[in-house]
Amino acid sequence: MSDLILKTAAQLADALAAGETTSVELTQAHLDRIAAVDGDVHAFLHIDAEGALSQAAASDARRANGDALHALDGVPIAVKDVLTTTGLPTTCGSKILEGWVPPYDATVVKKIKAAGLPILGKTNMDEFAMGSSTEHSAYGPTKNPWKLDRIPGGSGGGSAAAVAAFEAPLALGTDTGGSIRQPGAVTGTVGVKPTYGSVSRYGLVALANSLDQVGPVTRTVLDSALLHELIGGHDPLDSTSTTTPVTGLVDAARAGATGDLKGVKVGVIKELAGEGWAPDVMAKFNESVDILTKLGADVVEVSTPSFQHAMAAYYLILPAECSSNLAKFDAMRYGLRVTPDGDPSAEDVMKASRDAGFGDEVKRRIILGTYALSSGYYDAYYGQAQKIRTLIIEDFKEAFEQVDVLVSPTSPSTAFPLGAKLDDPLAMYMQDLATIPANLAGTPGISVPAGVSDVDGLPVGVQLLAPVLEDARLYRVGAALEGAIGPVLSIDKLEVAR
Amino acid sequence: MTETLVPFDEVLERYDPAFGLEVHVELNTNTKMFCGCPATFGGEPNSQVCPTCLGLPGSMPVVNAKAVESAIRIGLALNGSIAEWCRFARKNYFYPDMPKNFQTSQYDEPIVYDGYLDVEVEGETFRIEIERAHMEEDTGKTTHIGGATGRIHGADYSLVDYNRAGIPLIEIVTRPILGTGAKAPLVAKAYVAALREILLGLGVSDVRMDQGSMRCDVNLSLSPKGSDKLGTRTETKNVNSLRSVERAVRFEMSRHAGILDAGEAIFQETRHFHEDTGTTSAGRPKSDADDYRYFPEPDLVPVAPSREWVEELRGTLPEPPAEKRARLQAEWGYSDLEMRDVWAAGALTLIESTVAEGASAQAARKWWMAELSRAANDRGVELAEVGVTPAQVAEVQKLVDGGSLTDKLARQVFEGLLAGEGTVAEIVDARGLAVVSDDGALGAAVDEAIDAQPAVAEKIRGGNQAAAGALIGAVMKATGGKADAKRVRELILEKLA
Repeated sequence: MSDLILKTAAQLADALAAGETTSVELTQAHLDRIAAVDGDVHAFLHIDAEGALSQAAASDARRANGDALHALDGVPIAVKDVLTTTGLPTTCGSKILEGWVPPYDATVVKKIKAAGLPILGKTNMDEFAMGSSTEHSAYGPTKNPWKLDRIPGGSGGGSAAAVAAFEAPLALGTDTGGSIRQPGAVTGTVGVKPTYGSVSRYGLVALANSLDQVGPVTRTVLDSALLHELIGGHDPLDSTSTTTPVTGLVDAARAGATGDLKGVKVGVIKELAGEGWAPDVMAKFNESVDILTKLGADVVEVSTPSFQHAMAAYYLILPAECSSNLAKFDAMRYGLRVTPDGDPSAEDVMKASRDAGFGDEVKRRIILGTYALSSGYYDAYYGQAQKIRTLIIEDFKEAFEQVDVLVSPTSPSTAFPLGAKLDDPLAMYMQDLATIPANLAGTPGISVPAGVSDVDGLPVGVQLLAPVLEDARLYRVGAALEGAIGPVLSIDKLEVAR
Repeated sequence: MTETLVPFDEVLERYDPAFGLEVHVELNTNTKMFCGCPATFGGEPNSQVCPTCLGLPGSMPVVNAKAVESAIRIGLALNGSIAEWCRFARKNYFYPDMPKNFQTSQYDEPIVYDGYLDVEVEGETFRIEIERAHMEEDTGKTTHIGGATGRIHGADYSLVDYNRAGIPLIEIVTRPILGTGAKAPLVAKAYVAALREILLGLGVSDVRMDQGSMRCDVNLSLSPKGSDKLGTRTETKNVNSLRSVERAVRFEMSRHAGILDAGEAIFQETRHFHEDTGTTSAGRPKSDADDYRYFPEPDLVPVAPSREWVEELRGTLPEPPAEKRARLQAEWGYSDLEMRDVWAAGALTLIESTVAEGASAQAARKWWMAELSRAANDRGVELAEVGVTPAQVAEVQKLVDGGSLTDKLARQVFEGLLAGEGTVAEIVDARGLAVVSDDGALGAAVDEAIDAQPAVAEKIRGGNQAAAGALIGAVMKATGGKADAKRVRELILEKLA
């Protein structure tokens, strides 16, 4: 095994710049790692060795030519299968899109291609990003590389596992209710949900449009900052895209790495640190809070009373939007088509295709959303949920008048065993308790590894939240915390063979 | 089921009609409502599409600012209020011509509300209240192959063309229109005509009812005479000519009355209109509980036109058509009847341009309403498309005024123009139409005529000038009608003095 896979993206970028390696060489190293371990991990749905190597060769040629290069040019990346890619299937983990190759690239994919990052492949996910364990993928679950009988989190378990298993130094995920941060926490990786609208959603197959956001999954805070700056910025194809430039994140990460947090006010969210949280997770979280104090931060407790209703609001708004989004999968234009026997009508074909193409969790949410939007119920459900959303935004505003960043554990427990919550949707939904408020409010959030549980030796994440468009604060505090805690993820700790 | 139709006059003895109109107008923006695809009519099927208007997974809409501008101008021209803040919503239902299986439309937050339009029918003015006008996207076009009806049920397969999917639409909805009695069909027609004229003046749409760029749904109900409660309504979809609007109202009134007279209830449903027979037939049942599960479109930011912009757009509005007609009528000195005919023939703008090119209002009316209207009728085209321009009409008239063409010769020039024989000058030249005013050539023809009819010449010599007509006629015949009749008379009288 090449030691190249152990390097962070920033280190790989430096090695490429110094001429110590080539993009082809390090891309091949990652493809070899994928070939060696992905049979066990199943982080990838589609692997594009040929495409990645040819992009790597192009990067090497640019470098040899002295052409202007992005800092990450030549560093390979994995992309969650919910982002459209030309020439590579995009299935969203669903049977209904099996084999669909989009005719266009998502804006973020265009950006990483333009910057010269070879795309290793598309990563596994819960079907249409619905789930917290990647067990709802129609193509089989992803395993947690730390312990293969454990879940890697969801819905972006594939991206997190690929990075945690050293199959890719960087990955793109999407976070609708915590799908980057929660997998990050349970795999010992860094996951970021940027400010809503600061990264284009064009080409992201929508789960819930008002909540979705694309973001980085990496092994270090600095790597996330590098990738976040690359994918961020205004996109005229996304009407909700902000016009504020996404800059200063890498600088903030570097400044944070010095370990000085003097003058930074940190609020511990009272409602997200108590009952319902595993004691081993709370222990690690409390250690992180102590570290923040030692680094000079001013730590206080902050109350956000509306957060207790966030889950309820989320599970009305999300199904409502997704019930509408998923209507386009009608077997008429692309994807799966099931034709029943006899003389079926268009409607019969549609019914049979949707029945066969969608999994249980997807059907559950379509039915929930359809119900929540129905006339006579709209005000009681969807309307009330939107009111809660407004209250949560108010809570954030008030909290951020007192502090610069908020902290909580990312996930209530470490990675649970595969199958443990599969028959209990509510228990599964609880995994995103702490991450959901940020999606409802559009605020940015990061999950940083906080160490490993004293009980099961599995990683625990700490979540930092900042006001809208203040993503840089997350990188500063996150990098400081990361530096003080020290490396959590190492290849030797994984159950996946070295 | 055979329907008993009650004669129109009898309907009014027992019932009061109420109707409402929903008019869909395709805007003539360069690009579609939510993407950059061309919004032009026609084109190879599915040649003007992209991921967004095809609703492909991951695609997102962006609002066309020009369409918003058109919507605001329409709202202002209809005396409406412009929302300070409004949103798009999703109207969810499954249909193959709708690639996302929801239509992006406006629901409870239309951009225009509370407008009105005054229309005149036989000297009586009716104020049509406009409840709202909202923006939405058009759907694709389906062609159902096989099956007897041409409808989706019973078809072997369907072809879908998404070129039209995503073209910007404005839907203009009236409040129920009451108290029009026997004039209901005419008021309905007059409203659509007035609306069409305003939209044409604004330049926001082609308003071609035959091409579907303007489509009208007619809601109608009857209530027992004197009752203040609205009856159950039917909605006749896609009525696509002014005449059909009138006929649809008339037919539905007769049909409803037949059902009500029999003591039965009207079934709330959509109806299809048949151009050939002027009748309607049952469509699908429609209840007030149609559940489209509207909710605000999360992919689009709200539309919040600034008041400055709205006022700026108000400044771009053309003179309202009714006011403009009154002004022109006064300027041109037309009678009420003449003005009505001109308007009905679609000649108003053409005459206005012809006058602007230097022709008198009377001359302009004469050519457009006689020669050219007849040609347009023969060819079955709009007057504006007959192939003669206002500038050409003015040019011909100038030649008449200058004495180098007679009216009769001018008609021949128009014949040439309609046949595409070239410019006015080329036709006059090629057809040899210029008036013969050369005294030498005319003199010879006059001498010939005098020689040929000595008896007539004698009468004239004897002081009977009226007898000159016979000689003039002979000269005109000899010159192929190209002689200046006034000059011919002068020459005859000179020679026989």
